[in-house]
Amino acid sequence: MASMTMAKALNAALADAMLDDDRVVVFGEDVGQLGGVFRITDGLAARFGDKRCFDTPLAEAGIVGFAVGLAMSGLRPVVELQFDAFGYPAFEQIASHVAKLRNRTRSALTVPIVIRIPYAGGIGGVEHHCDSSEAYYAHTPGLKVVTPATVADAYSLLRSAIDDPDPVIFLEPKKLYFASSEAQLPVRTEPFGRAVVRRPGTDATLVAYGPAVPVALAAAEAAQAEGRDLEVVDVRTIVPFDDGTIAASVRRTGRCVVVHEAQGFAGVGAEIAARVQERCFHSLLAPVLRVAGLDIPYPAPMLEHTHLPSVDRVLDTVARLQWDDQPDERWVTVG
Amino acid sequence: MTTTSRAVRRKSRPAAPPDPARPFLPTTEQIRLLDPAGTPLPAHPDYPVPPVEALVELYRRMVLGRRFDLQATALTKQGRLAVYPSARGQEACQVGAVLALRDEDWVFPTYRESMALTARGIDPVEVLTLLRGDWHCGYDPAVRRTAPQCTPLATQCVHAAGLAYGEAYQGRDTVALAFLGDGATSEGDFHEGVNFAAVFKAPVVYLIQNNEYAISVPLSRQTAAPSLAYKGVGYGVPSERVDGNDPVAVLAVLTRAVAHARAGHGPFLVEAHTYRMEPHTNADDAARYRDADEVASWQDRDPVVRLETYLRDRGALDDTTVARVAAQAEEYAADLRERMHDKPTVDPLTLFDHVYAEPTPQLVEQRAQVRAELAADQEGAG
Repeated sequence: MASMTMAKALNAALADAMLDDDRVVVFGEDVGQLGGVFRITDGLAARFGDKRCFDTPLAEAGIVGFAVGLAMSGLRPVVELQFDAFGYPAFEQIASHVAKLRNRTRSALTVPIVIRIPYAGGIGGVEHHCDSSEAYYAHTPGLKVVTPATVADAYSLLRSAIDDPDPVIFLEPKKLYFASSEAQLPVRTEPFGRAVVRRPGTDATLVAYGPAVPVALAAAEAAQAEGRDLEVVDVRTIVPFDDGTIAASVRRTGRCVVVHEAQGFAGVGAEIAARVQERCFHSLLAPVLRVAGLDIPYPAPMLEHTHLPSVDRVLDTVARLQWDDQPDERWVTVG
Repeated sequence: MTTTSRAVRRKSRPAAPPDPARPFLPTTEQIRLLDPAGTPLPAHPDYPVPPVEALVELYRRMVLGRRFDLQATALTKQGRLAVYPSARGQEACQVGAVLALRDEDWVFPTYRESMALTARGIDPVEVLTLLRGDWHCGYDPAVRRTAPQCTPLATQCVHAAGLAYGEAYQGRDTVALAFLGDGATSEGDFHEGVNFAAVFKAPVVYLIQNNEYAISVPLSRQTAAPSLAYKGVGYGVPSERVDGNDPVAVLAVLTRAVAHARAGHGPFLVEAHTYRMEPHTNADDAARYRDADEVASWQDRDPVVRLETYLRDRGALDDTTVARVAAQAEEYAADLRERMHDKPTVDPLTLFDHVYAEPTPQLVEQRAQVRAELAADQEGAG
């Protein structure tokens, strides 16, 4: 086993996919000679030529729309939208075409495109560079929405995304790009649609994905010191969503907190909380709570730590899970 | 430096370099090969008159196209279609564009191109599926090499660039033709599409049917450019203007545009000046934004009459052929009418079949729920 960064694993996944399938083409802004602003496409143009990995005009709707046409011609485009908020100009192409072409044509035309988006914050980025945009995509039928939290998953989920017959929004947590862990490539982890228990526990379940997974794990470690044994489930693929693994965990523990960076209101956490209470009502010992970003535009770098889910905020929330059978003061007082 | 050379330099300025934009600029006048009455104009050096057999076929498909369009409007009034955006008056553009292509080329139509699609040989019932409402796209786009009719404006301009580039990348000499209207030239995706096509030298022909209105908004609110064909020069795309109601000129210009793209010279942009004789759709009231005199003035430039006159004068069309084509058109319309009379059967359970290659567990659950609801309904009814 070697220690490597998530960035390196993603780069290896792209290279291996290009090696295995010459229909795979990689393009976007600065992905060619530069190798991408995060170096995820480093060396691909040199290795595979500038027809397989190339720079485009600076226009995100153009990049995604061009990918639609390329996919219609039989290629397997993997595009990079440089930052989360730079994906918004492409939203019409994604929501109206990428997501719907299969449906509109009764599967006669399909567009197996992978749209890679470095997302979320925690890196001191300036505005428009730190959004957690997963809810927009998860709300759009026809898209698969994936976000890795480990180095092995980064490699494996990206390979699965490129192999997948459906379009995939592949959200790469910027904060984890340069975090290292042990991985032996090539590696294949669980397929799409499977959540994974990252840390078993008995007292409560923390459900997280992407950049929130390490926060949940750290919180579970800290809770252990306080005598609470928390289970951590990594969602991995928001669409398709694995109700089974998450519900089974919550039924075992009886308590659940969902953790994500995105704003809480109408976020993916709201969906998860609703699904958990639908499926686990009779096992629940406390309401399902959420630790999410505040309902504010992503803050300036010096204030982002207040916005982001922290270990302390997770622990405070876990403490409110009615351990002594007392109702949550917060809700009693607000009525 | 000698005195002599200074004197020489003072006298003669270096010749101005040739205007690098010149190759991309359209002609100042619309290309026109027939006058509005159908009389041939002097031969144009760049645009030879297409072969007469092609023009007779163009005439035939235009007559069928117009009859189809009238029938579709009638079907809307009878409640068979939810809505129909007519292309009456734009027959030369709709049919001319399709005739300039090979079967293996790709077409990227908008919602107003129903006539172009029937001219391409697609079953009119399949073309009208979208508007009848039993599914979105009724024909098989992969087999027909025709994208689903695009309702979002200008998004197809980028798809055409990508498809054309992808085909060339894989060694095929396919051309993509993207239809769009005057209003769509204001959308960002038009610019991104034309720019991508130019940068990647993708074999695409962009055909702007400038019919003067985007629903109610006149051209003057879309652009301050001298004409929409000037949109190409900024992207390094050769562009041309054509009288869109002159079928001979439309076919000639599009034939050249397609040849340009197929030869590997990159995209070509054509602005066809035409007019939408009907309201935007049957649901629109055109009287609120344009007066009857304006519409009437375009009646005299009817592309079908213009081509018929020309072909008759050339001896390429006689009463017998005209009658035969008219009879074909009636037969075509009668068949369409009859087949559209049957209410299509729809199956709610198919709603889950084409969201993903394999339905997600959530869709499987929802499908089971709908199936149970349907069974309960049936039990209740039985």
